[in-house]
This record gives sequence, C-alpha cells and structure tokens, in this order.
Amino acid sequence: MRYLPQTPENRAAMLKTIGVASVDDLFDDVPADVLNAPVDGLPDHMSEISVERHFAAMARENLSPSTAPCFLGAGAYRHHIPATVDHLIQRSEFLTSYTPYQPEISQGTLQYLFEFQTQVALLTGMEVANASMYDGATACGEAVLMAHRVTKRPKTILSGRLHPHYRDATLNLTRFTNFETVVRGPAIGGHGDLADAIDEDTAAIVVQNPDVFGEVRDLTALAEAAHAKGALLIVVVTEVVSLGAIMPPGEMGADIVVAEGQSLGVPLSFGGPHVGLFACRQKFVRQMPGRLAGETVDADGRRSYVLTLNAREQHIRREKATSNICTNAGLCALAFCIHVTLLGEEGMTGLADLNHRTAVYAAERLEKLDGIELMSRSFFNEFALRLPKPAEAVVDRLAQMGILGGVPASRLFPDDAGLANVLIVAATETVTEEDVEALAIGLREALA
Amino acid sequence: MSTKQTISGARGLDKDEPLIFEQSSEGRSGVDLPDGPQAESRLGAVKRRGPIGLPGLSEPQVMRHFVRLSRMNYAIDYGLYPLGSCTMKHNPRLNEKVARLPGLGDVHPLQPVSTVQGALRLMYELSDWLMKLTNMPAVALTPGAGAHGELCGLMAIRAALEAKGENRRRVLVPESAHGTNPATAAMCGFDVDPIPADESGRVDLAAFEAKLGDDVAGLMLTNPNTCGLFESDIVRIAEKLHAVGGYFYCDGANFNAIVGKVRPGDLGIDAMHINLHKTFSTPHGGGGPGSGPVVLSEALAPYAPLPVVVRTVDGFDLIEHDGPERVGRMKGFHGQFGMFVRALAYMMSHGRDGLKQVAEDAVLNANYVLAGLKDVLPPAFDGHCMHEALFTDKGLDGTGVDTMGLAKALIDEGYHPMTVYFPLVVHGAMLVEPTETETKGELDRFVEVMRGLVDKAKAGETDMFEAAPELTPRRRSDETLAARKPVLRWQPPQETAEAAD
Amino acid sequence: MAEIKFTKDHEWIVLDGDEATVGISEYAQDQLGDVVYVELPDPGTKLTKGKEAAVVESVKAASEVYAPASGEVTARNDDLDANPALVNESAEGDGWFYKMKLSDRGELDGLMDREAYEHYVEALDQ
Repeated sequence: MRYLPQTPENRAAMLKTIGVASVDDLFDDVPADVLNAPVDGLPDHMSEISVERHFAAMARENLSPSTAPCFLGAGAYRHHIPATVDHLIQRSEFLTSYTPYQPEISQGTLQYLFEFQTQVALLTGMEVANASMYDGATACGEAVLMAHRVTKRPKTILSGRLHPHYRDATLNLTRFTNFETVVRGPAIGGHGDLADAIDEDTAAIVVQNPDVFGEVRDLTALAEAAHAKGALLIVVVTEVVSLGAIMPPGEMGADIVVAEGQSLGVPLSFGGPHVGLFACRQKFVRQMPGRLAGETVDADGRRSYVLTLNAREQHIRREKATSNICTNAGLCALAFCIHVTLLGEEGMTGLADLNHRTAVYAAERLEKLDGIELMSRSFFNEFALRLPKPAEAVVDRLAQMGILGGVPASRLFPDDAGLANVLIVAATETVTEEDVEALAIGLREALA
Repeated sequence: MSTKQTISGARGLDKDEPLIFEQSSEGRSGVDLPDGPQAESRLGAVKRRGPIGLPGLSEPQVMRHFVRLSRMNYAIDYGLYPLGSCTMKHNPRLNEKVARLPGLGDVHPLQPVSTVQGALRLMYELSDWLMKLTNMPAVALTPGAGAHGELCGLMAIRAALEAKGENRRRVLVPESAHGTNPATAAMCGFDVDPIPADESGRVDLAAFEAKLGDDVAGLMLTNPNTCGLFESDIVRIAEKLHAVGGYFYCDGANFNAIVGKVRPGDLGIDAMHINLHKTFSTPHGGGGPGSGPVVLSEALAPYAPLPVVVRTVDGFDLIEHDGPERVGRMKGFHGQFGMFVRALAYMMSHGRDGLKQVAEDAVLNANYVLAGLKDVLPPAFDGHCMHEALFTDKGLDGTGVDTMGLAKALIDEGYHPMTVYFPLVVHGAMLVEPTETETKGELDRFVEVMRGLVDKAKAGETDMFEAAPELTPRRRSDETLAARKPVLRWQPPQETAEAAD
Repeated sequence: MAEIKFTKDHEWIVLDGDEATVGISEYAQDQLGDVVYVELPDPGTKLTKGKEAAVVESVKAASEVYAPASGEVTARNDDLDANPALVNESAEGDGWFYKMKLSDRGELDGLMDREAYEHYVEALDQ
C-alpha cells in the first residue's frame, strides 16, 4: 500500500524489539470481543487510477460554474483566483505544517498570520483582527458571545436582513446559554425599527451590510443609537470584496466586524472550507476569541512572531475559555492573504469597482424584462429581483438550460410567502456581458 | 561550521523576509483586471472615501515573499512530526488533485440540488464509510473542526435531554482531557465535574461510579485516552452511564489507534467526533482548516444538525429545513466539503484492509519508540501504549534540564518536538505519536537522537539546552513581551511616532 | 495594621483599620510565571468570600483570584494595568490587587498566618 512504508521484515524486527509475538499483543487492553470486529460493506484498497476515475465520475454529475453562466451569491461568491495563490498554498511547508506552537520553526506561518491580521484590520477599518475562524457564520455567533462578555448584558438583537444561515448559527451557539437572542424586523424592509428596539439590556445589535438581499446602507446613525444605550454594533459582511468600494464598518462606528473571506483566494468548494474574519476595537482585544499572532523579539534581539494572548484559549482556560476553538482556517487564511497581497490597493479597489459595474450592468439589463422588478436601490455586486412567478421553479428551469441564475429567496426564507417570487442575483468579475444576455434570454423563456 | 558574517545578513539559502507592508510601491499590483462593462455607480454616500492602506507588490515579489516565508517552516513533507494527539501523518497529493476537479472544487453550495447530485453522492459515500468504520447508524457532517464536533455532540445530548423534559446539568470529564472538552461543555450550559485517573492512567472506575447520579447529563471520554491508553473498562462505563440515563460522548481525536480494528459503536458510545485532519490525512495547513463529523447513536440521531443528505428514489436531496428539536445549524453551509473529498480519497485508497494496517502500524511504531526510550525516559504508565507513547520528565531529574529544554534541543537536531506538557496530569509530559507513515529507519534515528540528548543532559550540558535552538531562523522568543504589550498588526511608521509622543 | 493572612488559594489579605488590601502570594506569582495581565474589580463591586474577584494571566496560565472575605471594593491597583510585572517583582507589596471594606471581619479567622501558610506550601511541593 503506497502510503504505508513498513515492510513485513521491519514489522517482525520491531515486534521482536518490543518483545511481543504479534501486533495484536499490543492491543491487549482492548476487550477481546470488540477487537478486530469485521468491517463489512467497504472495499479493499484501490490504486490511484481507480480512485481518480471514481471522483471524476462524481465531478461529472455536477454542473460546474466554470461551464455555466453563474449568478449565485447569498453568502458564497464565484471569483477569479490568480494562479499564484493555488500554487503557493500547495508548497509543502504551508500545506503540511502544523499550528505554529514552536515559533522558532514556524516563522513562515506566524508572519503571514500577522500580515493577514493587518489586512483584515485595514479592510474592515478596525483596530485589531484575529488569525481567522471557521467561517463568517460561526464568527458571527462568536461575536455575539463576545458582546455578552464585554457588556455583561443578556440580550442581542439580530436584524431580519441578516443571512438566515448566520442567524441560525448564532441562535444555535446561544441556545444553551443564559443569553436571549431576538430576531427583529421583517425580512423585507429597512433596519428602521432596530434602533427603537435597543435598551439597557441589549449587549449588541447585529446588522449585515450589504445585507442578504444585497442592499447597502450607511450604518453610522444605527451605531450612534446603539452606543447611546451602551450597546455594541456588530456588522456582518458576507462579500468581503465589497470592502474595496464601500465605507468600511469601522468608519461607520462598528465595535466588532465579522466577515466571510471566501471571496478572496478561497474556492467555493460546495460551501467549505471557507474563512471567517473577525475584527474589533483594541480595547476588547482580550475578549476576542480565536488565535492571535503577535510581534516580539527573539533571544538575538531580532523581530519575530509568536501566538500570543493564549491564556484566553481552551488549552489553558479550559471551561473558562473565551471559546472552545482550537483550529483557525489556516491554509484558507493564507490563500486570502496571498490574494490580497497580489491585489494591493489598486487591485482591490479596481476589483471592487469591476464587480459593482458588472452588477449594475446586469441589473439594468434584467429589469428591462417584462414583469421583473429590481428591488434594490443601492447595492454592491448582488441585488434582488421580484419575478412574476415563484423564483424556485424559474431557477430550476434555468438550470435545465445550463444557467445558474441566482438563489431563490425561498431557499433561505422558506416560511415567508411574501418572498416566494424574489430572486437574489450576484454578478462578480467572472460574469461577462454574454453571460448576462444568456440569463436575460433564459429568464424571458422561463417566465413565458 | 562557518560563523562568517555576511553583508546582507543572509546565510546562503536562508534569507530574512520583511513584511509585505515594508515592500510596497504605490500603484503597483500583482493582478491585471479586464475592463468590464460601463455603468454608473449606485453606491451614493456609502462609497469608500479614504484609502484602504494595502501595499502594492507585483507577482514576482509576491511569489518570492511567500516562498521565503515557507522556507522558515517545518513540515511533514520535510521530517518526522512526533506530536502526540495530532496524528501528523503523510498528506497524499492525490487528495489535493481530486479536491480541485472542476465539478468538485468549484460548485456553489446553493446550486439547485439537481445540479449537484455528484457532490451529494460524495457526502453520502463519506457518511457510509464513517458509519461502517464506527458501527454507528447516523453521522452529522457539518462541524468545521474537532472542537466544533464536540460542540455538536454535546448539543445533541442537551437537545435529547430537553426532548425528554430532563434538566440534567452535570457532565463528567476526566482530568486528563484535552482543554476543548470542558470548554465545550461550558458553552452548552453544562457544569463540568472532573474525574480522576487511577495509577494505570485510565478512568478511576470507583470514582466514576461514585459520581453517577440522575443529574448526570453525560460523560466526555477520549478513547484511546490522552495518555495513549485504551480505556479497558469502557464497555462497563457505558453501561453504568446509560443505566442512570446519561449519554456517552467520545472524543475521537485518537481514532488512528483503532480505525479498522475496533468500532466505537461496539463500545456503547452515543456520539463521537472524528478529526478528518488527523485520522484521515486532510492537511493541517499551518493550523487549519479541519473537519469534525460526528457519528451518532439511534438515541441522538434525531437531533443531528442541518443540513443532512438523504437518498431519494432517483438520487440525493439536501434537507435544509426541519423541526426545532434538532441541533441548529453549526456553520454557514454544508460542512467542510473540500475536506470530505480529500478524506474519502484517502479512505478509498487505503480500503478496509489498508485502514486496519494503518492502526496496526501506528500502534507498532509508537510501541517501538516506547521500547527504545523507556530505560532512559520513564514512561508515565506501565504496559503497552496505543498509537502514542507518554513519558514523564523523571529521566531528567537532577540534570537541571526540563522537558522544554529537551524539546528545544530536539529542534536543532532537525525534528519538530513532541507534544509537551500535555496531558496536564503528568509532570513534564512528553507525548510522542510517530504515526504509521514513518519507516523503521526514521524511528531508529529519532530514538538515537533522543537518547543522545538525555545523555547530554545527564552529562551536565545545561547551557546547550538553555540556549537551544541556535540553528533555526529565529531563537527563542520573548512571549512575555508579546503578551504584556501585544502588537497584533503592522502600523505605518508615522502613526507609531505620534503614539510615542 | 493587622498581620498578613493567607488563603488556601494563595491570596493574601492585610487589614488596616476598616480597609483590607488583597493580592496574591510570592508562591503564586512564582508558579504563574511572568504576569502579563490582571483583570481587577472596579470600586463599588460587591465581593463574596470564596467567589471570583479577579483574574491573573501569565503567558502559560490564567487563574481566578478569589475573595478571601466578603465586602465592597474601594480601590483597584491601576499601576498593574501598565505594569503587570509588579505582581512578579513585589507580589506582597506594590503588586497588590485591590482594597476592600469588609462586611464581616470574622471571616478572617479561618485564614492562615504566614507560618501556617509556609508549611502549607511546603506540603504542596512534595
């Protein structure tokens, strides 16, 4: 077997050194009736060719966005990943290294995490960021837990225009705590009544910008309303490229910003692994979950990097930890870091601008179709259309034509009848004018 | 060895590398973008006003930057990584190849289900392997890592108790448990009640029984445990726990010792997370991403979080909405699909027979190291170990050298150190897990070096251990300074000058 | 000024008239290693004997510091914010944590004096 280097001769010699007759003698603490239980129904080992064939067959069963016009967003976005990114993350020293607990032989990892943290802080307009989390949705839940720790208040309010998966992951995380998590506001509508709902029991309000329907707003007034009552503003960003064109949440007054970083450097991969970004004000740094890379000096006085503020983490604090988290997104954070480094200031603002123009072009083309209403006024690269029929059936029809036409709102809000005809459409830099035309023609046919 | 001083500060192939922010040129980028369509901005007053502050580098500079950084890292592809409890086995590149296939690497999680039947099939097949290897009837694929899987398992237990109207709050956790265990229990609103170990390093059965009561929600047990030992009383423990109505959560971090040899379902567990990045070779990637699916018993299966993949008459479906009794959504989408692809490729490559050989070779290798070192480094417990060998620091008594010094000296010898100071219940603990992908020759060399270092400690070479490591890109770092005055990001120079005023 | 008293959890307390000063012992700071941060209670906080009053963080550990007696916090040692190293340098002097007004002096009766504490610590080390 190609991955198992021991030979029968080696094994025999080693058993002799250990002083046992067979390897099963080493399993002598295992009750005899459960040892070597037969594992039925699984095949024996396969060659590399055979495994590849099997996976190629499974891949062929899927409609790949690389072969179809793709307008899907709603929390995961198809973007172009420069060739350099995938090449670098496959270097052995990045791919097959461990968490940098021994800094002397992990400066590569520690330095890129320090760079990553800086990039996240710059993009979000915040003072400090951690070394990443599993994804945006879990980061959102962790932000809510952190707000409770910081304010010592029992209640958090979630905007009705927060991505339902983020809402659900957050509700799940707080379900068995003493904290109350309230979902406010109708799905369609502004954040209007959120400010009125804030009181002295409120630890934080959680708002997504651009929201799940793509709408972009200035949250400054909402931040002020929260702060006036001693509550925190948590801002969620599911499309991180938007930060290249929109005022960052830090400037609007956010206290904590969580985001999904998948759009930069990380493939869609059917929903995971992605990369959660987490940034906050400096004064809250000791309450921040997750890993942190910090600068220091080594014994020769040279600048070096280490994981720091560990005392908050599970391996030390155990049941009093800020979180139970052990891993960060590691290689996905590296991919993000490399992509953002390649883009730089010009590339990041240019990419964001290209996304926005592509989406505006698409929206203007599509709203010309009969019966279609563009619901969003101010948006970045994602917008909502109201169709004359239920969107789910339309999307299925488009799929049959080989077009991935958008996400029906009913997939995220199945209980909201008023959203049944709403289609959420994203248009990134991977969408061409031909793609838009194909979608327009397809929609016209599907709605006929 | 040369102590030559160079002008550049480099030492041949070893160069230092500044931060990207220190190599920036305005206007420079490593990406060229297409023109795209013309359109008027719809952002209005929310448009970005100031610069982001990102540095500008070209592609060649970016390539050099990260290649230079990579050369400062140790890796499995480079050498033995004997980290106990981490299972640093070889990461097959076939896994990387199939994960990148168009149709697998690039499918969107919210595509219509009819367009992703292959992806759903893959998740279904992975589930099948996990259930058959563990003899459990259900599996939750969505948790994003081991600790996340623990959370899922404990939440399922809490949901099951709530469904029965029971308000049990106490969870029993061995003192030797990994820190994530009590942290996770606390996050679920449970109270942690520690159980001591006996002299054999296993759960003290009498102490365990004394703690049982009808307020016990469950037990969190690692098996094999964090001392590298199989909990021989596990079946009885499960029976007694179930008799009082408690649930059995098993931490599957050490599954590599028994995969294909023992099925945890036969031991009486109710839930167990499996670290795909440990037992099933998905790469550690410098700290992540992981994946922590949880196998579940009949009792807990109804509470598995969404979404779940189900078989239908003509294919597969993804259930994304269901009743409130289930544990809620664990993360954004359907789990770490990219790791599912890799893990399944690994499983199929090894097959049932290969996986059994994995466990046998892992246990053989660890016992071989144990046999080679036990006369100079006393093991923490008598008898054989499983896939990892645990030593105390008694072998260093009187030398003035501690476990930390030994670990740092090992670095200069070209090895990543073993896990140190874990589990907490053993003084100066050294936990060595070679895994099955090491040859006898590699193990012989490692044992020789370890023995040599112990000799040096006994010979009084304390200075060497204090100064180690000396041959690495950086020496020991001031972690106190890093924690007292945290500097967690780069700042442009003029800002730091102002702060100093 | 009354004599210094110690708890089993390595806190010390000294009573001066109505006000008591609290910190952690020399032994405790030595066990913790370099202290990097101390989370102190604000003046006005009500403390209960045996319950958490503060948290002390070192590079390798974070420990709860419990209240040796019940009462109300009257002052916190602001110097520890910028200079947590004071706890290592002078645990029983300048590295004090907080001052408090006691609600029941009787609670001090069960605590150890220096000699008893030193014996207690010796036994722990074995």
